[in-house]
Amino acid sequence: MGEKLLMKGNDAMAEGAVRAGCRFFAGYPITPQNEVPEYMSWRLPQAGGAFIQAESEVAAINMLYGSAATGIRCMTSSSSPGISLKQEGISYAAGADLPIFFANVVRGGPGLGNIAGAQGDYFQSVRGGGHGDYRTFVMAPDSVEEMGNFPLHCYAVAEKYRIPAMILTDGVLGQMMEPLEFKFPEVDPKKLSEPDWALGECRGRKNRLVGSYDLYEGRLEVMTLNRAKRYAEIEAKEVMFEAQQCDDAQIVLVAYGISARACGAALKMARAEGLKVGLFRPITLWPFPKKQLRELADRVQGFLVVEMSLGQMVDDVRLATEFRAPVHLHARPSGVTPTGEEILKKIKDTLKAGKGECVCCK
Amino acid sequence: MFQGIRISGFGGQGIISSGVLLAYAGMLDGKHVSFFPSYGAEMRGGTANCSVVISSDDVTTPVVSQPDTVIVMNEPSLAKFEPFLKPGGLMIINESLVKSRPQRKDIKVVLVACNKIADELKAPKIANMVALGAFCKQTGALSIEAVAKAMPKVFKRAKPEILELNIQALKRGAGLN
Repeated sequence: MGEKLLMKGNDAMAEGAVRAGCRFFAGYPITPQNEVPEYMSWRLPQAGGAFIQAESEVAAINMLYGSAATGIRCMTSSSSPGISLKQEGISYAAGADLPIFFANVVRGGPGLGNIAGAQGDYFQSVRGGGHGDYRTFVMAPDSVEEMGNFPLHCYAVAEKYRIPAMILTDGVLGQMMEPLEFKFPEVDPKKLSEPDWALGECRGRKNRLVGSYDLYEGRLEVMTLNRAKRYAEIEAKEVMFEAQQCDDAQIVLVAYGISARACGAALKMARAEGLKVGLFRPITLWPFPKKQLRELADRVQGFLVVEMSLGQMVDDVRLATEFRAPVHLHARPSGVTPTGEEILKKIKDTLKAGKGECVCCK
Repeated sequence: MFQGIRISGFGGQGIISSGVLLAYAGMLDGKHVSFFPSYGAEMRGGTANCSVVISSDDVTTPVVSQPDTVIVMNEPSLAKFEPFLKPGGLMIINESLVKSRPQRKDIKVVLVACNKIADELKAPKIANMVALGAFCKQTGALSIEAVAKAMPKVFKRAKPEILELNIQALKRGAGLN
């Protein structure tokens, strides 16, 4: 704690996971997340843990299922196409109430796409991704410092509610270097208590079962409804966001992750010109900060959502604000990071637009 | 104080390590910094570039779209980054390898014979340090001492005599000896 380090986002996330008590990692290489398995390959053995380069993404996620079932803190990471391959396993973990932790260092898509940072996997992350009715706790860091400090919070929420947790980041945050501090004392996994559902040695206790299916009529629905109660509790208690200069703002920018950093540049320029602009950054993408955006909706002239996709989070902003204020979109899909200058121009267009008029497609 | 920098050249010229070194030096100097590499499918001989921000305030975006300073280490980098340089911005050109000159009249151009000086030091690989020396002198964003202090942190496996040679190159770039 306390020491200022200069690290790449991917390395910071890996180190943060180890300091949070992660002792097992299984993964498969893909750019731009390769630093995570590379880092884990030497760091975990040093910490008394195990690293496996799996034969495939599917194998890696199922290794995570197995290790999480024993109650230990584990991790996998990949980038967009690899995360698609892992969705079946993530759905199984959600169905088995396993607190797995994984990261998606998003690249341009769809398909093989490119290797630049992008945000096209928002829907996949917050709407389930795999099959069936389930949610994933999704955190979106916007700095190397958050990349390093969020794994601990992901483990805490995942274990408390028995839900898969993920960090949704991108190639820019993964590759960039910034100073950071790890703001928590290192966790000794030996001192964590064993969850009362974890598999292991059964001697002297009742047997336990981890699984995601139940064929008896009506029982699966009960299981799912019980899980839904936990989802409701997460939505009530675990929302995180950051609001900058929103109090007097006419236009509020809404962005997460690296887009929010670009919006930060635009915000500075806009305020320097006397424009009343604010920035609202969801930190948890699920649960989404609906209530906070809904409150802003009655006070502002409009929202400008900035996304490195065709526009996905914009749907959640519109749902949250119940169409009480126009929600505009600046979209840069497939691996393009917007500049502060272009966002500033869009802010000015938005300010000029009348109430209700949309500048999205101009 | 704000410096958005782009460093560009061939893979193998130490473009990425120069960027990391600047960012580290800025951090040791108490500044806010960021470093972002262009990490395309580059290899030795391909093109590589990186963005560095050194600022007294929080760094917003790490991707420098309108640089205050561009360090041009090879020929193709000049045409690539000339249009984006801020009006009044600084272009440091490695004149040993770059024969063309910018068309713009609203920028400051500094020519440094990076490779020639590195060859004189009998260390052709440290042409990048000569350029950083010129950067320190021209912008005042960082001192030579701050960059020298960051070197053992970034080049962890370098022998002391190699670090000393790098410092010599920095000083030559700054015109100090």
